[in-house]
Amino acid sequence: MSSVNQKGGSRSVGKTVRSFLAGNSVPIMFILICAVCIPISGFSPDYLLNEIITRLGRNAFLILSLLIPIMAGMGLNFGMTLGAMAGEIALIFVSDWQIWGIPGVILAMIVSVPFSVVLGWFCGKIMNMAKGREMITSYIISFFINGVYQLIVLYMMGSVIPIAHSSIKLPRGYGIRNTVGLLNMRQCIDNLLAIRIGGVKIPALTLLIIALMCLLIVWFRRTKLGQDMRAVGQDMQVARDAGIQVERTRIISIIISTVLAGFGMILYLQNIGNLSTYSAHSQVGMFCIAALLVGGASVDRASIGNVFLGVILFHLMFIVAPQAGAKITGDSMIGEYFRVFVSYGVITMALIMYEMKKRRQKASIGEQLALAQKEGLQHE
Amino acid sequence: MKEKIKDFISSFGLPRLIISAFLLALFILSPIVGADLPMQITNVINRFSWNAVLVLAMVPMVHSGCGLNFGLPLGIVAGLLGGTLSLEFGFTGPMSFLMAVLIATPFALLFGGGYGWLLNKIKGGEMMIATYVGFSSVSFMCMMWLLLPYHKADMVWGLSGKGLRTTISLEGYYDKALSNFLQINIGKISIPMGALLLFALLAFAMWAFLHTKTGTAMTAVGSNPNFAKAAGIHVDKIRMLSVVMSTWLGAVGILVYQQGFGFIQLYNAPFYMALPAVSAILIGGASVNKASIINVIVGTFLFQGIVTMTPTVMNNMIHMDMSEVIRMIASNGMILYALTRRSEVRR
Repeated sequence: MSSVNQKGGSRSVGKTVRSFLAGNSVPIMFILICAVCIPISGFSPDYLLNEIITRLGRNAFLILSLLIPIMAGMGLNFGMTLGAMAGEIALIFVSDWQIWGIPGVILAMIVSVPFSVVLGWFCGKIMNMAKGREMITSYIISFFINGVYQLIVLYMMGSVIPIAHSSIKLPRGYGIRNTVGLLNMRQCIDNLLAIRIGGVKIPALTLLIIALMCLLIVWFRRTKLGQDMRAVGQDMQVARDAGIQVERTRIISIIISTVLAGFGMILYLQNIGNLSTYSAHSQVGMFCIAALLVGGASVDRASIGNVFLGVILFHLMFIVAPQAGAKITGDSMIGEYFRVFVSYGVITMALIMYEMKKRRQKASIGEQLALAQKEGLQHE
Repeated sequence: MKEKIKDFISSFGLPRLIISAFLLALFILSPIVGADLPMQITNVINRFSWNAVLVLAMVPMVHSGCGLNFGLPLGIVAGLLGGTLSLEFGFTGPMSFLMAVLIATPFALLFGGGYGWLLNKIKGGEMMIATYVGFSSVSFMCMMWLLLPYHKADMVWGLSGKGLRTTISLEGYYDKALSNFLQINIGKISIPMGALLLFALLAFAMWAFLHTKTGTAMTAVGSNPNFAKAAGIHVDKIRMLSVVMSTWLGAVGILVYQQGFGFIQLYNAPFYMALPAVSAILIGGASVNKASIINVIVGTFLFQGIVTMTPTVMNNMIHMDMSEVIRMIASNGMILYALTRRSEVRR
């Protein structure tokens, strides 16, 4: 490969440019969409910057939770919804106990851990039973657990599980209301240590927590467990031969992801300020995964940089698309549908590219094997 | 004896057994708790006739080894195009149903062809990509329903005069076009013979097809692609054919559903329509790589039976409607069970 590069300098530059474009086609496409939509939408730069920073603080942690299963070769964890549900259950309890502000947020995070661990263990266990089908399985698990979540929250809370405050209960006496107000918790972390520069509010503490999380992930990659996960992600059989407990490692990676998703959901909801009990988690997985992919990640490779680039580009598109659509076609719904279509489209494209790459690799390994065999025969 | 019972359970599948027992319990309970049993049976038969074709659409792709067709919404979109265009062109009565099927067909062939081509490129990852192909197509059509130049007054928004409504009533068009055809009434039970006959016709055609040379080739491709290739079968072509068939059946299936339901549902409605069909065929005894017509019939009956019976029986019994939650847990649990089973077979 290097000899080719040395032969023709100008050609290799062209090649690197092309491979850069091919490797980053999704972010580049999004930059173009945003570049077209921003002037049309007519939003002021101040407003956009404010929105982007708010959404960065709101979503980045949730998206970070997706990185570890990707490292372990389990693909995009659609089961992160499970963590989101665990976080919501914790928030329901905490708001029933009337513990507000930052203590409330911290307590909710602590309460969410056991739920997340159990759900993550369940998810990992089932995914181990469906190897090679992890993504569709995690996707169906999220639906299945959503049913269990509704069973618990809609029927068992208040009747079996004690809920003291009638303000969060449905009038019939059991079940949780469609929205639980978190007004006393709203943006408590964002506002502490917030810095204002011009008209832009920077939630320093939230960003600090996210930065810490990034450092933690970087550190985790270097630990024994992190290395094991990478090995499992590369090749399960080789990892097993090297003495790594593959099944256990995979389950741990899903548990970590679920716990982080739970924390992320709590941070997300403290920013929003109210909890839509039955719908808050339903789209969260889809939007987080789409954002990560927009940042240039693929099913088997994702970095922290992808997370931040993804949040910025995806949410920029999210903010400007409805307005731009309304200006162009005179119908605000077009933009709304457009952004949903783009989210699904990005995920579809990423999945297709991943599967095609996997097939190509398989084919080339087969060819190499055949070649090696031929050479071996010749030597004999 | 104990062994025999164990064998039966493992071959039939524990979840399937629980679901059948649950439905049986519902049938027994319903007169006891004071629900109107003939009315219930009529409902179950009706819902069966609406949904059976959609479930049948799973069969070809399972046979050719493409897995469960989570991309059913693509076929549904073709059906929706057929239905709305048939209305737009001014057809009325049962004629509009026939025209809807005819207009939907080229769309289904086109979409199915593209979809099949894509699935041939990504063998091994069909199900996840199928899911997202379905989602993308539905969300793309959300924009199209607003932008396409439909003009018929009872289909578009009244105020602006453009953009289709979210639900369109089929009264005067193909509402009950099949159900009322040859309807039989026995006491309080009424049977929509027309819809059942159409399903029987399609199911028979499918059964016959699977016994032709091409059909056998399809089964061979599904059970062992390498063997099929060695036997001189054009694997990609057969897979493509199965996907086109699935998509077309999806298109016809949604039209049959609409004629029973009485409305065309657009925009976000088709998003999750694949899941009930997938779990129905699995409840009927199919697996990720094996499905028969019997699975379709049994599965649709069991699934629709539970969907229709649970709310009334539950309401009469404990005044609490948990049917939605039970449906969610049962149907998705069934899909999960099937997905985890496959690897065991493979190993």
